[in-house]
Amino acid sequence: MKRLSYPFSPEAVRELKVGDMVLITGKLFTGRDAVHKYLHDGNKPPVDLKNQIIYHCGPVTMKDKKTGKWTVTAAGPTTSIREEPYQWEVIRDYGIVGVIGKGGMGQKTLDACKEHGCVYFHAIGGAAQVLAEKIKSVDGLYLEEFGLPEAIWELTVEEFPVVVTMDAHGNSLHKDVEESSRTALKEVL
Amino acid sequence: MTKKVATKKAAKKVLSKKVITKAPTKKLPVKKLDPKQKTIETLVELIKTTSTVVPDDVYRTLLKARTQEQAGSTASYAMNIINDNIELAKLKSQPLCQDTGTVIFFIYHPPGFHQTPFKELIKKAVVKATQKGYLRQNSVNSLTGENAGTNLGEGHPSIHFYEHNKKEVEVKLVLKGGGCENVSAQYSLPDTGLGAGRDLAGVRKVIIDAIHKAQGKGCGPGALGICIGGDRADSAYLAKKQLLRKLDDKNSHPELNKLENDIVETCNKLGIGPMGFGGKTTLLSCKITHANRVPASFFVSISYMCWAFRRQGIVMDKNNSIKKWLY
Ligand code: SF4
Repeated sequence: MKRLSYPFSPEAVRELKVGDMVLITGKLFTGRDAVHKYLHDGNKPPVDLKNQIIYHCGPVTMKDKKTGKWTVTAAGPTTSIREEPYQWEVIRDYGIVGVIGKGGMGQKTLDACKEHGCVYFHAIGGAAQVLAEKIKSVDGLYLEEFGLPEAIWELTVEEFPVVVTMDAHGNSLHKDVEESSRTALKEVL
Repeated sequence: MTKKVATKKAAKKVLSKKVITKAPTKKLPVKKLDPKQKTIETLVELIKTTSTVVPDDVYRTLLKARTQEQAGSTASYAMNIINDNIELAKLKSQPLCQDTGTVIFFIYHPPGFHQTPFKELIKKAVVKATQKGYLRQNSVNSLTGENAGTNLGEGHPSIHFYEHNKKEVEVKLVLKGGGCENVSAQYSLPDTGLGAGRDLAGVRKVIIDAIHKAQGKGCGPGALGICIGGDRADSAYLAKKQLLRKLDDKNSHPELNKLENDIVETCNKLGIGPMGFGGKTTLLSCKITHANRVPASFFVSISYMCWAFRRQGIVMDKNNSIKKWLY
């Protein structure tokens, strides 16, 4: 089990390899379809994303009526491949060093990870409760106009469990498993 | 293992007992409570349990799969987190997964039952369950993109009625997530690319192909419902309906039973594993039915259900309370 702690850096994530089980402690920014499209369209992010991690997640959130404080009640990853057309640009232009999601991403993202020093972390799909428990505080909310699940949420997490499935050295577990299972498929058919 | 099963059963007993013992303490208000209100309450309870607790048969299968993965592997890591999530969701009465899926009801009723008023009560229960957070605001208008926030809309929730010859009403519920629905598939045989002909060998090929294509994207390990034959629409529906079967039951059709076991065994040799991380368990189960077809077509439909297999059912008593849990 490895640990990755805030502040993050391209150097730190380059140490990580495909298959590493990692506990992340520090800041995460959620961002899914609307945010990626927004950045792709040339808009500047409302918060500096340099050396930050983006989490493909549309959390379920609740606001305390008295204190006005937000809590996250469910926070599993959403399918990442939808951001494939945009992700490489976001990595290049805003210097993010990590992407968390599920299902893996394609060649463009893998190339950008290698070039700029970024990794793709796979969270456990469907584990909404376990992952929500790791969120210690909600520190910011940006682009609220996209709707709450689509907005950018600034979160502090502790020991957030993920697996590196695409590293900064051009390796992808998704590619490997797809290939090895294809070989196995030929044998069983 | 047997001991564990026994304790699980005991736990369930306690659970159902709790529901039954609740009734006498509430005797007076229950009598006064409008039967419609009682039905809504009962249906909300069904939705809550379906969304927050995996059925016993699924849990047992997942526990068994967990022991099969190599300790320290990413597959075993994934299975452990899945297990923690199941326990936590139950403890907190919170949805297992934030995608609470398409809400699909199957109602089995005696002759003379009035379907339309019951449909209205189901809708009310769905709205209430959404307000309580057991269902996410998950229903979107396909033309406008609008989300009314109630989980009601054209075709939502999905409701299917069947007449049976029992006196009581049974309600079954499946919450079908989007990620696993997206990797579900329908093939038309023959499939020349795969060399799959119009026979069981061809059927086997397309099912295994679908599992390979799905990789980890359906939040595996997954469970399959399959229909061989039918027209496109019936075939897809009947495949999904196979998800109502308990994972450890046996198909009464010997050849289909054999095929079911073969598919699970073969797919688990592909090494896709939990979440597509690589590993031993790619599939938890496979359930197959068949329907007649016209000579010109031969469809095979595959409904993929994620590990967060949310299915429950109840038998309702005369007072519209829960008499028995079905899974
Ligand atoms: S496929 Fe299932 S477990 Fe995965 S996100 Fe969708 S509903 Fe949740």
